[in-house]
Amino acid sequence: MDTAALLIIEVLNGIASLALACAGLAIIFGMMRVINFAHGEFMMLGAYTTVVCTKTLGINIWISMLIISPIVVGIIGIIVERTFIRFFYGRMIDTLIATWGLSLLLIGIVTAIFGNIIEGVSAPMGSFEVGIYNVAQYRMVLIGIVILLFIGIFLVLTRTKLGLIARGTMQNPAQASVLGISTQRVYMVTFALGAALTGLAGGLLAPISQVIPTAGAAYVAQTFITVITGGTGAVTGTLVASGVFGTVRQLLSYEFTPVLGGVGLLIVAVVLLRLLPQGITGKIFRRSL
Amino acid sequence: MTVLGVNLRNWETWGTILVGIAMVVLLFAGPHIFDLFLLFKVTLFVAMAILALSMGFIWGYGGILCFGQSAFYGLGAYTYAIAVGNIGESTAPFLLAIVVPGAFAALLGYFVFYGRLSDVYLAVVTLAVTLILYNFMRSTAGEEYVIGAQRLMGFNGISSIQPINWPGDGSAWLLPDEIFHLAMFCLIACYFGLKLLNRSHFGRVAVAIRENELRAELLGYDVRLHKLQTFTIGGAMAGLAGCLGVNFNSFVNPDVFALNFAAEIIMWTLIGGLGTLVGPMIGCIGLLMLKFEIGQQQITNTYLIFGGIIMLFVLLVPAGLLPTARQLGERYLPMLRADGAGDGRGREAAQ
Amino acid sequence: MFDSTRRGFLKGTAGTAATLVAAGLAASPKAYADDDEIVIASIFDQSGGLDIYGTPMTQTCELAVEEINAAGGLLGKKVRLIKYDPQSNMELYAQYAQEAALKERVDLVHGGITSASREVIRPILRRFQTLLWYSVIYEGGVCDINNFVSGVTAVQWVKPMADYGFKTHGKRCYYIGADYNAPQIIGKWTEVFAKEQGSEVVTKDFFPLDVAEFGPAIAKIQEAKPDWLSTCLVGAAHTGFYRQWYAAGMLNEIPIVSVTFGVGNEHVQLSAEEGNGIVSAQPYFQELQLPANVDFVKRYQERFGDDAQYLNSVGIGGYLGTMLWSLGVKAAGSHEREAVMTALRSGDIAWDGPAGHMVVDPVTNHVIQDMHMAECQNQTWNIFESYSQMYPSDVIDRCDLTKTPDMNAHLGPNL
Repeated sequence: MDTAALLIIEVLNGIASLALACAGLAIIFGMMRVINFAHGEFMMLGAYTTVVCTKTLGINIWISMLIISPIVVGIIGIIVERTFIRFFYGRMIDTLIATWGLSLLLIGIVTAIFGNIIEGVSAPMGSFEVGIYNVAQYRMVLIGIVILLFIGIFLVLTRTKLGLIARGTMQNPAQASVLGISTQRVYMVTFALGAALTGLAGGLLAPISQVIPTAGAAYVAQTFITVITGGTGAVTGTLVASGVFGTVRQLLSYEFTPVLGGVGLLIVAVVLLRLLPQGITGKIFRRSL
Repeated sequence: MTVLGVNLRNWETWGTILVGIAMVVLLFAGPHIFDLFLLFKVTLFVAMAILALSMGFIWGYGGILCFGQSAFYGLGAYTYAIAVGNIGESTAPFLLAIVVPGAFAALLGYFVFYGRLSDVYLAVVTLAVTLILYNFMRSTAGEEYVIGAQRLMGFNGISSIQPINWPGDGSAWLLPDEIFHLAMFCLIACYFGLKLLNRSHFGRVAVAIRENELRAELLGYDVRLHKLQTFTIGGAMAGLAGCLGVNFNSFVNPDVFALNFAAEIIMWTLIGGLGTLVGPMIGCIGLLMLKFEIGQQQITNTYLIFGGIIMLFVLLVPAGLLPTARQLGERYLPMLRADGAGDGRGREAAQ
Repeated sequence: MFDSTRRGFLKGTAGTAATLVAAGLAASPKAYADDDEIVIASIFDQSGGLDIYGTPMTQTCELAVEEINAAGGLLGKKVRLIKYDPQSNMELYAQYAQEAALKERVDLVHGGITSASREVIRPILRRFQTLLWYSVIYEGGVCDINNFVSGVTAVQWVKPMADYGFKTHGKRCYYIGADYNAPQIIGKWTEVFAKEQGSEVVTKDFFPLDVAEFGPAIAKIQEAKPDWLSTCLVGAAHTGFYRQWYAAGMLNEIPIVSVTFGVGNEHVQLSAEEGNGIVSAQPYFQELQLPANVDFVKRYQERFGDDAQYLNSVGIGGYLGTMLWSLGVKAAGSHEREAVMTALRSGDIAWDGPAGHMVVDPVTNHVIQDMHMAECQNQTWNIFESYSQMYPSDVIDRCDLTKTPDMNAHLGPNL
């Protein structure tokens, strides 16, 4: 019984952290078709922001994670988009190499500023008991935050004018521009939104992982695989894919080893894509976003 | 102006002839102009150039964006290491290092092409397969992971791998200059082999598929089979590169399956110029040299310089080195102006 | 363990090595290294995932060379250090080792951090007859006359911790480590030491270096209810374990005796509460109150200012190894490889440095040195027990370089 309860928590937690890490990429790659190889580095920037705010500036950790990290990384996103990324729209493959260079540069800058030492913050709140097990309360809060976050993204994209314009522009930029919409501005705002979400993920994951300049590398492959397997409906697809992958990975990690968990995730991705060559939302949930 | 069916006004013809001469000169002069250290380094570059060539072929001509070309390189390297560790004579391991990755490519190709996977979905499946190999190889540190007499060694990798020997005599190991000759010979054979292939009916169909898959299919070509064949050739060639690569330093570890290496091969191709064969080789050697040199400077950290250079490069030379050079050449040297038949137009189609 | 195949390889290479080097010398236009300087190379990762170890090692190596030069150099010649950054990439380790040996003709390569990287460059440097110094705490067992090791071995380093754990906390130990050879072999040694104490290692779990999520692992440990936990986690990602362990409220439930905690400066990076009570044994702590060390730490901090880090037993390796080698050169009166090797292996090379008294042992090519057991409290190490002049006896039953100088192997525990 204890074990079952613990496993459910672990699985939910695995899904939540994967979905969280993917949210920004679902926007930047899923909607904008920018292969953002620097996605992990955006997360790393978010994590550093949280560490600096809490440790050096003494700001409350929740404010740092939930507000300052996304704002800072969002602003960095705007700067990067205006000075660099905007030259590559419509050339998907070229964005790969461009953002690869960007990711190395960001690692370099952060190393130059903070040095290559491990940073980190402790998770806020204590632990609670599930039978014989102790579980960190922070993990439960994380699950709640991710649920709220995705509801928020859905509402913004479906219920607001901003979301409508953004979706329209991504689908048909020429048409949007004929309708008098400044596509450049829409691209900029959407990219900034994606970056901010990524920064938020970095901030929220900082207390349960390590913070070093090269920390981003661990996220690139799994987030891309998740978002692409999700298919064309970026947000729904990412959520569904995270659900499947998170469950598989967590259960296998618990039952066997983390390696097998990782391998299981990859095998499921390969099989899923073989069955659904356009991703999950290519066939089911087709009218989603 | 045509001589023996070869169009002498085509820049590409001249390019091929020049590249061929350069390679043959290097083949014979190499050991005389390089000291031992450089010879080792150049041998590695040659092995990597074969890998770059295989990527340039399947992506630039076949239109297949494989994010796991390194998997075949790694399989070639590991196959050779394991086989030679067991057999002790390198002829069979050398051949196995080509056959095993080729067969694996055929299997994977069957899985993806007959499942109608393309575009980013194809890329992500090949990447996932590479990472599976990566995870697997990294978890083989224990003593239970052994194939015949050869332990897999996990993260540490297999070291002290026996080099290639003269066929038949397991103790007559090739000296560094002989390994260089072998690698160079393989490179020349691969390059001209692909050149011939691209001129053949097969190569023309491959380009037709790249340009418009649906049209090629409606014209009656079996697109799936064709892609599968292209992919298999590329896989076998990458395996050969892996086999030569382990001979450079008698060492292989799971990093050959890592994301970084997989991505780097794509970068070589983009930097050198997609849709050409020489471009990826130039991109490959250029990037390897850059990485090597940066590690020796102590001005500032490696990432900063490397990232900065890549970003400047994509802004300034977005089409890649070779296509840009060609454009400049055509502008200033009118006699080289291509009359429509040249390649190097794959970039738009492959995107 | 790899004895037979390695020796086979050696026999094969021995013949070609001489020809190769001759060919290299003949082909190279560069004359033998400049006569008024002695050139050495360092190969430590200053970027990539392992830079947390490589950056301080490069610093201390640099400091050693500067101090040697300030004191008049070696044999009246200046020492020049070439610093390579292999970027946490094994391929580059191989390339730089080749460059150092063949192109720069250095007298010493000081390098390798993980056992993996050492095993890449060791055969290369042996083949091209260039001295290798390895100065990182490790699993032990290298038996190669061309390779001097000032890092401590399993018997010197892990055994005191295992003995302490089994005596103080109880007979059931749970072992977790990074998934590569060093932690695997250390795990086996821990089992050997457990048997000596009539105790057991209940489970051994290994995690790839990039695993940062330890939720399932912590649940498994909670289930097994061991008396204590032995950790051999490596690299930045694994630091997350201690953070998650504390967040799960386990720090006061199951005590940790860690082989590696602190060598990546985890104790400073984690908050005080997350590290309090963790015990580790190391040959060096910055807190050591030896006069030579107090002075050394001051010199290090003055030299590197803001870039100075907390110096741990890995970070200081760059200094210790280089200084010990310089003693060999002085004793030999030459910087030529054979002469330096003979001098270093004379048994007379002893030194009182920041880490206390050190003696180079001719039987193993390792270093006899002191060990200290300490508990982490408020981000500093409180040393509560010291072991004097530990001998690296790990594999002396199979490796005696005074009797079999041609041996070339990396040996594990004899189970």
